Amino acid sequence: MPVLLSVRDLRIDIATPAGPLPVVDGVSFDVAEGEIMGLVGESGSGKTMIGRALLRLLPTRRARIAGGAMHFDGRDLARLDETAMTGVRGRDVTMIFQNPSSHLDPVMRVGDQVAETVMRRDGVGWRAARTRAGELFAEVGIAEPVRRLDAYPHELSGGMRQRVMIAAALACRPRLLVADEPTTALDVTVQKQILELLRTLRDRSGFAVILITHDLGVVAETCDSVGVLYAGRLVERGGCAGLLTRPLHPYTAGLVGSQPELAVPGRRLPAIPGQPPASDDLPPGCRFHPRCAHAEPTCTVGDIALETLPDGRAVACRRWPELAGAEVGA
Amino acid sequence: MRPLVEVTGLEVHYPVGTLADRLRGRRPVFKAVDGVSFTVAKGETLGIVGESGSGKSTVARALLRFLEPTAGSVLFDGADVAGMDRAALRGFRRRAQMIFQDPVGALNPRHTVAACLDEVLQVHGRGGPAERAGRVAELMALVGLPPTLADRRPRALSGGQCQRVGIARALAVGPDLVIADEATAALDVSIQAQILNLLADLKGELGLTMVFISHNLGVVRHVCDRVAVMNAGRIVEIGATADVLDRPRQPYTQALVAAIPAMHGAAPSPTGAAILGTVI
Repeated sequence: MPVLLSVRDLRIDIATPAGPLPVVDGVSFDVAEGEIMGLVGESGSGKTMIGRALLRLLPTRRARIAGGAMHFDGRDLARLDETAMTGVRGRDVTMIFQNPSSHLDPVMRVGDQVAETVMRRDGVGWRAARTRAGELFAEVGIAEPVRRLDAYPHELSGGMRQRVMIAAALACRPRLLVADEPTTALDVTVQKQILELLRTLRDRSGFAVILITHDLGVVAETCDSVGVLYAGRLVERGGCAGLLTRPLHPYTAGLVGSQPELAVPGRRLPAIPGQPPASDDLPPGCRFHPRCAHAEPTCTVGDIALETLPDGRAVACRRWPELAGAEVGA
Repeated sequence: MRPLVEVTGLEVHYPVGTLADRLRGRRPVFKAVDGVSFTVAKGETLGIVGESGSGKSTVARALLRFLEPTAGSVLFDGADVAGMDRAALRGFRRRAQMIFQDPVGALNPRHTVAACLDEVLQVHGRGGPAERAGRVAELMALVGLPPTLADRRPRALSGGQCQRVGIARALAVGPDLVIADEATAALDVSIQAQILNLLADLKGELGLTMVFISHNLGVVRHVCDRVAVMNAGRIVEIGATADVLDRPRQPYTQALVAAIPAMHGAAPSPTGAAILGTVI
């Protein structure tokens, strides 16, 4: 599939009294048309910042895109002016959030909120837009869609509200949907339905999805490819199945190992010691080296680039060939 | 041996009626917990799982008498918790402690770590200032907090460190029973693994009995001996963890288990160490 989005050396700074702090630093990845790419990382890894940067929805007074490019359909989203960006946002690129309640107007009927988007996107009248909103509700699996158009957000469950958000996103007929932790606030049974819905809609409409999550299980169930972020850098990238079953970066391996569902009950979990560094106190060299069981003096100096392997996997670790080889020899 | 905790026919109902309902003489109630019975043996970890609103946290609160149940009884070491007077209740609270979900919100933002821990000891009248200071240092070591953090406030700590303080607070007065309500839900997965390991160590070291409440079946499978599945205020299935989660009998449990996102292909290695194909 042709590349839809190409992010190169993206850098995002946050302004602090002590000067700008890079919270995303030199991140590069491609998303093909119709691909679901997962961006995984722990709190503060920069995953949400990247998602917001793609729509240029960073909190402007504090954070800014300090470098790099985000090529989408021949245009660099990092350099578009605000007017041009308005033509992209809510049209070609759109976003859904973790907490639908705080992104829906509490005093407006949900059908009207979706119809509003339809009117703006398709330039149709109110009546047609309401009809289309009803169709969209049906498409996202809302039971009794036409009756639900008149509901207010508080009358719907969390899962239903997320479906409304997805309906509004679909109304934009996007080519890229950025989904920021869309199921984190939901129960597992509802989460499963929403993830299935995203995949079904992708299959039907062919848009690409960037799924931002902290949950490797969600990635395994939903994504085609995945990028792993640590302290603002991409440490590993590749196809979902290969990356999760055969991680090359020690951090990815540590994340997979920390999943309690994979461990032998009663045994200690192979936890990663320590905690991620603060963005004003980043270690030199590989940012993971203070927590890494395989760190050597060479890991503590210089810039460690993301190295792309012949099979398309990319990893940012000086020692990966050795570490991988050790296992093969064992 | 008699179980440490015996819960029989526990019900917690909340009135939900409007004024109009009451004028018509109706008293509609919401049954948050609707007839729940179970026991927890000494040294056992019982998991309670369920989705939001299933009543699992309400059960925990009723166990510790943070709220008064509508009906049913809770026996702790043979004594009826509902019938306890102030003195008995104070003794009970020394023996039954809770770890909360929001590790930062559970701590006083204006207190240092040492003050947070000292407060618990003071409330329970444990020793003079010097003795308490020694115990605070002991507790911090027990939960793996470096002594240098003693003068920090919660804001200056990470979520995982705050949860360690929360655990130290729960353990400060040497309880027999610890109830952990979603104790790792707010933590990142690598930190969650550390906290789960810590709880397992402490349980072994101190011989704790635990009630572990969680919506995360993976976590429950890892730490619990037995598990109770709640739905709409009732226990739909209870039994040994492996039986309930690997061979669920009730349709609700089956649906819940089926909804866990699976890590395709990734599987535990026989040693229980990391799973990983090549790296570790």
